Amino acid sequence: MWVYVGRRLLLAIPTLLGASIIVFAMVHLAPGDPIAAVMPAESSKAEIEATKRAYGFDKPLAVQYLVWLGRVATGDLGRSIATRRPVILDVRDALANSLVLALSSSLLAFVLGVGLGLLAAFRQGRVLDKVASGMAVVGVSVPHYWAGIILIIVFSVQLNWLPAMGAANDPGIVPYLRHIALPTIALALIPLGVITRVVRSAALDILNQEFVLALRAKGLAARRVFTHVVKNSAPQILTVLGLQFGFQLGGSVLVESVFSWPGTGYLLNLAIFQRDIPVLQGVILVLATFFVLLNLAVDLLQTLVDPRIVRH
Amino acid sequence: MRRMIIVLLAVALSVSLPGLASAQGTLRIGMTASDIPYTGGQTDNGFEGFRFVGYQIYESLIAWDLTRGDRLAPLVPGLAESWEVRKDAPTKWVFKLRKGVTFHDGSPFNADAVIFSFESIKKKDSPHFDTYGSGQVGFRIASVIGVSKVDDHTVEFETNKPTSFVPYQLCYMLIVSPTQWQKFKDWRKFAEQPSGTGPFRVTKFVPRERLELEANKTYWDVKRRPKIDKLVLLPMPEPTTRLAALRSGQVDWIEVPPPDAIPQLKSAGFTITLNSYPHNWTHTLRLDKEPWNNKLVRKAANYAIDRVGICKNLLNDTCIPATGVVYPGHPWFGKPKETYSYNPAKAKELLRQAGFDASKHPAKAVHLISTSGSGQMLPLAMNELIQKNLKDVGIDVDLQPVEWNTLLTRWRAGFKTPENEGLNAWNISWNFLEPWSGFGRFFHSKSVVPVAVNTMPYINPDADKLIDEAERTFDINKQNEVLARLHEIIVDDAPWIFVVHDQNPRALSPKVKGFVQPQSWFVDLTSVTVR
Repeated sequence: MWVYVGRRLLLAIPTLLGASIIVFAMVHLAPGDPIAAVMPAESSKAEIEATKRAYGFDKPLAVQYLVWLGRVATGDLGRSIATRRPVILDVRDALANSLVLALSSSLLAFVLGVGLGLLAAFRQGRVLDKVASGMAVVGVSVPHYWAGIILIIVFSVQLNWLPAMGAANDPGIVPYLRHIALPTIALALIPLGVITRVVRSAALDILNQEFVLALRAKGLAARRVFTHVVKNSAPQILTVLGLQFGFQLGGSVLVESVFSWPGTGYLLNLAIFQRDIPVLQGVILVLATFFVLLNLAVDLLQTLVDPRIVRH
Repeated sequence: MRRMIIVLLAVALSVSLPGLASAQGTLRIGMTASDIPYTGGQTDNGFEGFRFVGYQIYESLIAWDLTRGDRLAPLVPGLAESWEVRKDAPTKWVFKLRKGVTFHDGSPFNADAVIFSFESIKKKDSPHFDTYGSGQVGFRIASVIGVSKVDDHTVEFETNKPTSFVPYQLCYMLIVSPTQWQKFKDWRKFAEQPSGTGPFRVTKFVPRERLELEANKTYWDVKRRPKIDKLVLLPMPEPTTRLAALRSGQVDWIEVPPPDAIPQLKSAGFTITLNSYPHNWTHTLRLDKEPWNNKLVRKAANYAIDRVGICKNLLNDTCIPATGVVYPGHPWFGKPKETYSYNPAKAKELLRQAGFDASKHPAKAVHLISTSGSGQMLPLAMNELIQKNLKDVGIDVDLQPVEWNTLLTRWRAGFKTPENEGLNAWNISWNFLEPWSGFGRFFHSKSVVPVAVNTMPYINPDADKLIDEAERTFDINKQNEVLARLHEIIVDDAPWIFVVHDQNPRALSPKVKGFVQPQSWFVDLTSVTVR
């Protein structure tokens, strides 16, 4: 088991190196450069070249990459070109905001999705099933950034109930919830659809098995039958929940940008347009590390839950 | 289950109740910048940075008078009470500094602060040299090469040649507190707790999210002490985000609302403020290659554009037609021979005179345009209309859209690079705040790329002579006359397709009163009240 964990962690190193090289190369392949992006539009080429030299951006790409890598090895992600703050601080703040959003939207999607899925399964073919299944299809198919814009138009602009953008500035839980409400709903739509459908089909599978017929024939109350069905479909549901949470963490660039939610997705978007290479590299590196660790954790959890799966 | 729904609904309702009304006199502004402009003195994000951060926290020796909208904003004494060029040595400028001014940290403003600020931009080996800030404004004060202290309240600047443009340069040098910098000895830390002499002081800095400032109650100019208590600046690069934030009451003021939304904003009670200011939106033409090497073709293009249609139908009257580098009524406009109106028949005739013919010798050009960008307005829609206008008279323009930063990078390199060889023009908007930005950098033969940004290249000895003469003319009225003569020549040569001047639209909540939109890129926020 520990050998397995160690090997997986070692394998993460080339993965992260690869990710950072790809990001570095892509940023430099795109026209424009970080210094040109922060310099005034009126400045001439000569002025920009002078500033580039001052920042060390005139050195060959390979040298720039190795310098960056050397610093990262000592735990220094460098400084943002745009804000000159240490990248690690920007990434830390953004990651915290993204985690909260991923948690809140996952929670919303799990609760509603499991509820709707079970409801649909137990009312198969009836109106409630059709409504729940319909909602699931909408959730999966509607682009969430578009849904985000619609939410802003309805709840912020027309009804004036909730703020349209940003994170809360005033202290306290109420302002916080007001700000996170709309991005949470937008980000919950896709997992809501997926979970509803998976839960419905998992529950239907179990419902059609003979032991359920036996339980009913035995005269068991409907509520007790329900408990049995839920318990038996749990492993399948748990797997999809885990997967969806992972997606939530990585999949919020669009939603965060629509709501200006100051998370990693928003930061990534900013960094791309500002050509802020240190920030871009830092965010990608931290996110990639996060995914590697998350995957490992999920694998290990599966082993714990299901002893038939053995990891060597 | 039902109980749960009720509980959930109750929570949802309590969350959705509007928060307590914000404090009296807080002005919240949604900027177009994607980030908070640099607060450590020599600011970034172009003139929006100067508008909301630079000139609010800091001041320069020479300031813009932004209190009126009925004339071009002039330069007036700021932290300097007066200045003059020495008769015996025209490269030496003596500045008398204002007495009794203190920085936000309480330390006094004096000659040492001026020298410190200058060195942070221009003296590479000084411990307080600010690489980043220097990159932002160093080139704006290009002619000034040194400063020395005469006494505590007098300094003398030295220029590399006799030039009357010095006031137009020093208005960008913001004066920072040396005492505050000494506390950190680091510009990034200074930027988080900056100290200037301006009407607002920073109270809270959340990187990439918001900057909060409060009124400087001890500001030296009693008439300009802010009427609001608090100013909050929020970066909102997306126009739709700004619009939603304004309409939902999260901000009181947004820069550049989407033109489509203006009628709807007006009917909802919002104020749209507009005014001319030194901005032009043009196609800069390549003059050493067909078809734009022929003056007749360039004039034809200028007569082909339906500027009124662009402003009225596309941009909801947020711009005015441009028939030159500057707008009519500007001191440099003069009396150009040509007034470029929408006249397709004349355009066709000029094109025929130039020897172009749709079947035998068609006029073809490739123009590089941006998909968005600071000051670019609605580049795609506007350029499609221009393309159609030109097509109607027989000029075939192929538009190549690229991202804004890419356009700027390629433009700086000039037309003569392998990448740009196939191009005939670029579409970039400019400012003409001072003679160098308006004319010198584009139209002087000494400004050819890479020295400056005469990319066309425009070579005209008469223009060179007038630019040089303007620089040697220290009387501002006479200088304006010289520049007007220069402008007449440029309009006649038509090295650009003049299209429109933006009117700098802003949308203000009905709660915001007392704002005067000046003819400038900058604003005075001290007269504003909220509610």
